[in-house]
Amino acid sequence: MMMSGFPWVTALVVWPLVAAAATVLTGVGRGRPASGAASGGGAFSAGTARTVALVGALVEVALLVGAFLAFDTSAAGTHQLTETYAWIPALGASYAVGVDGVSLLLVALSVGLVPLVILAAWHEQGGDHVRLRRYLATVLVLLSFMVVVFTARDVFLFYVVFEAMLIPAYFLVGGFGQGAQRRYAAVKFLLFSLAGGLVMLAAVVALYLQVPVDPATGLRPEDAFLTDNLTGLALDPTAERLMFCAFFLAFAIKAPMFPVHTWLPDVTQNATPGTSTLLICVLDKVGTFGMLTLCLPIFPAASRWAAPAIIVLAVISILYGAILAIGQTDVLRLIGYTSVSHFGFIILGIFTFTSLGIAGSSFMMLNHGISTGALFLLAGFAIARHPRRSQQIADYGGMRKVAPVLGGTFLVAGLSALALPGLATFVSEIMVFLGAFARWPVPVLVAVPAVVLAAVYVLLTYQRMFTGEVGADVVGAKDLDVREKTVAGVLVAALVVLGLMPGPALDYVREPAGVSVEHVGETDPEPVLGALEGSDQ
Amino acid sequence: MIEFEAPVIDWAVLTPVLVVLAAGVVGVLIEAFVPDRGRRTTQIVLTLAALTGSLVSVVLLWDRVTTEGYAFVVDGTFLLTPFTLGIQAVVAVLAVLGVLVIADRTRTGQDAFAPTAAAVPGTTYEDAAREAGLQQTEIYPLVLFATGGMLLFPATDNLIVLFIALEVLSLPLYVLCATARRRRLLSQEAAFKYFLLGSFASAIMLFGIALVYGFAGTVSLEGALFVLVHPESQVLEMMPSLVIAGVLLITVGLLFKIGAAPFHTWTPDVYQGAPTPITGFMAACVKAAAVGALVRVVFTLAAGLDEPLRRDLEVGLWAVAILTMLIGTVAGAVQTDVKRMLAYSSIAHAGFLAVAFVGFSETGAGAVLFYVLAYGLATLGAFAVATLVREQDADGVVLGEATHLSQWAGLARRSPWLAAAFSLFLLSMAGIPLTAGFIAKFGVFSAAVAAGAWPLAVLGVLASAVAVFFYVRLIVLMVLTPPTEESEHPEHVEDGAEPAAAGTSRADDAAPADDAAPADDAAPATGTLTAARATLARASVVVVASRGPATVAIVLCAVGVVLLGVVPQVALDWAAQAATFRPLQP
Repeated sequence: MMMSGFPWVTALVVWPLVAAAATVLTGVGRGRPASGAASGGGAFSAGTARTVALVGALVEVALLVGAFLAFDTSAAGTHQLTETYAWIPALGASYAVGVDGVSLLLVALSVGLVPLVILAAWHEQGGDHVRLRRYLATVLVLLSFMVVVFTARDVFLFYVVFEAMLIPAYFLVGGFGQGAQRRYAAVKFLLFSLAGGLVMLAAVVALYLQVPVDPATGLRPEDAFLTDNLTGLALDPTAERLMFCAFFLAFAIKAPMFPVHTWLPDVTQNATPGTSTLLICVLDKVGTFGMLTLCLPIFPAASRWAAPAIIVLAVISILYGAILAIGQTDVLRLIGYTSVSHFGFIILGIFTFTSLGIAGSSFMMLNHGISTGALFLLAGFAIARHPRRSQQIADYGGMRKVAPVLGGTFLVAGLSALALPGLATFVSEIMVFLGAFARWPVPVLVAVPAVVLAAVYVLLTYQRMFTGEVGADVVGAKDLDVREKTVAGVLVAALVVLGLMPGPALDYVREPAGVSVEHVGETDPEPVLGALEGSDQ
Repeated sequence: MIEFEAPVIDWAVLTPVLVVLAAGVVGVLIEAFVPDRGRRTTQIVLTLAALTGSLVSVVLLWDRVTTEGYAFVVDGTFLLTPFTLGIQAVVAVLAVLGVLVIADRTRTGQDAFAPTAAAVPGTTYEDAAREAGLQQTEIYPLVLFATGGMLLFPATDNLIVLFIALEVLSLPLYVLCATARRRRLLSQEAAFKYFLLGSFASAIMLFGIALVYGFAGTVSLEGALFVLVHPESQVLEMMPSLVIAGVLLITVGLLFKIGAAPFHTWTPDVYQGAPTPITGFMAACVKAAAVGALVRVVFTLAAGLDEPLRRDLEVGLWAVAILTMLIGTVAGAVQTDVKRMLAYSSIAHAGFLAVAFVGFSETGAGAVLFYVLAYGLATLGAFAVATLVREQDADGVVLGEATHLSQWAGLARRSPWLAAAFSLFLLSMAGIPLTAGFIAKFGVFSAAVAAGAWPLAVLGVLASAVAVFFYVRLIVLMVLTPPTEESEHPEHVEDGAEPAAAGTSRADDAAPADDAAPADDAAPATGTLTAARATLARASVVVVASRGPATVAIVLCAVGVVLLGVVPQVALDWAAQAATFRPLQP
């Protein structure tokens, strides 16, 4: 299992912590002269902190490139760059990390979004340098956790980070948010997540006890929690279903899925757009990622048993999220609800148990991260241009005229969210639909109107904020500066490239999808494979 | 002619207990003979040395007991098993940390204890004692005696000695509870409640012991077990109700000390009224010792019960566990006082511990051992932090602890490190991963599921979710809520520039300044908390700097909580080794 060579994953895990420490340390020793001399010293300090954080995040991107180069795409379905060390043998837990195609893409999403979030946060936190420094450090710590959770090959490790991650996320929302109700939102987020997480803990304990005892020693193996060791256990059907439900509840809350999605709009409304980007676009993927990489292989029979109910809930999520999004007046809340709808698609795709649907879902996790992240950050740029930092859609209007680049990029991001052909999300959405149709034609037919609803919420928002008469508050607004253009440019470029040339990215998800279908004990319906080839063109 | 045969006593095995008790006796002599000036220092040094010595002897005995399995000393009045040593080690470690907090007088120059506890609150005698700068250094011998009792409690095979150990650990605690410097009436009320209910519980336990003697004809635990399992005794067939009543009554006595519902009612009042350093010491060490004794006694007796009786006992423990978790978490969620909240949290933890009792297995014993260590560190640390958050009147005189939750708002801004440490302890109690509490909870829930009690584990997990609510509420308050009275009193106080009165007291350690205690004491004297709140409303909140010991204790607790959470392997191995609570069968 051990692969010699550079420990890319551990480097990706440790480096953000180093960068976070460096970011915090820029404040040490500067505090006193700054308070004594003038605000000039403080500003210098803050500038250093964000530069350090940005450089740290860019070095992380470089490490990611290294990991990509070391990754063998032709074997994307197996875990590579693996590292396994004993951690708590008494509990059967190991520090075991490694990436397959899907987890590598999600790591890439996390690592890629963080420098953009840091850039977007350049002037955030109301000019409070100490706060900004802490905010950026917390973001980097969160990045480290996100890399672990996407690369963990050990259920205990996954669970530990899954829960521990809540603490920095909680402070990002509650401590650094901009909304008036940020504390309420943060507590709601934490309680929802912990409730799910603790129920999952009971299942993790139960799962551990299902691992057969070594007859020689009377103990369970020291690496009992490795996902590979937990896959293919002969589980009692009732126990399996209960454990599946516990795992699924935690992931559904995280994802978030109807009916446990209610924390999400409050969070997006009250957190900074950067925080929302990380939370919704990356962190919540842990939910769907967990369904895909833990629920399916460990509880295959229970997954098949629960699939019909989950499909129904997913379809409700798709439609309900879209309908509620249309009714929102707060732009960040609106984007939050669109995500409920999109997560419905991802979950629908996973529980089709077809390699096309699962590949589509995996790809959609990446695309949704980019397009929704773009929407959040661009909406954040628009809000920064409003004198009262209003998030109400009605307070804007005609911004295309004063800020054409902002309007243009927002439109592209929005069109990707509504799955316009040529943009990234389209490819994945069509894959999910095709994959699902082969097995669940009726739910798919019910869900298809969501595409129209998506067009309504995206285009209505665009129309109200960017076209028509220039709103009184935003008459003097400037267009994006170089920093903001960089953020917007990278995201839009990613959407276009992935939309026009999805092939290379699909190479990473196709094989893992096949492995997942195999794990769950299903076979692909015949005609669908042909469609998979077709959609690549 | 009866020939007297002197018993052969293996003194080495008794060292951990003897060192502490002997030091307690020496401490009493010090009170009598050492001049006032050096008495306190002498007592502290002696106490810490004795506890460290006890810890060292535990470590030295460790190899012996793990190879030989057990040591049976003085006809079984002292039975050393790996589990006993484990509990003794936990108690000794926590006691050392607890004494550090007790010894800290903070920058105000006053410890948490009344100048003379015998003075009636509000009298001129009390004022005179305060002005004379008296100090109550008997605290330290009392702590040593209590600790000695705790070390003996899980280490005996003789039920009478078990009872004596219970009294030796309890009586000094009753006294210690009554010695608070401030809010003395609350403190005395707490002590009285604790004493009354504690005596009641002791009596119940003694009755249980009598019943066990009734069917076994011996007060030896192993002897009773032998009688129970011996095929010819037929005790189980002939007098099952006597057996189960005896076992249950002893269990009740021990559950009282652990603070498990429905025998928990003393906990909030006592924890609130006792001097905070004593509360921390009591919450951490007594629980460890009592849990140790419970595992030794009840697990051992349970091994001798037949299936129906065992089920009866298990049903009882199930009920206790469920009720305790429920009461601890639900009542904890509505508290407005930090110490009371921590008291209910301690009740909740008693419930989580009780989850691991079911099954009476060695896995459970190991899980319990790790749990009391993790819980003890977090609790001691939390109470240590609570000793430093004080009220301050309009003249800048530092008063008692600011225990109302609203006073903790914005603590992170005044004192980020203190708030961070407190948050860490709360997160550990909440069982968030990467802290000791998570590994501990994982252990007890695994033990429960392994024993087939998975509904109990699920309930425990749900109770944890509720508990998280009130821990997080406090973190939110400290970190995210802006402080209410910050503007009035700038943060310089903790940097050493105390207002005049506190400064004076620092200059002269032996003569603590008048701390405006009448105003402070008058409120509880009226008997209502409303009046106390009125006092709070007038006072502002300040974080006093520790003189060092409490800081050391907090740092050690924090380091322990993190280490046990991130790299618990060493401790888990140790706990697994120490899980043997009965002498090995030949």
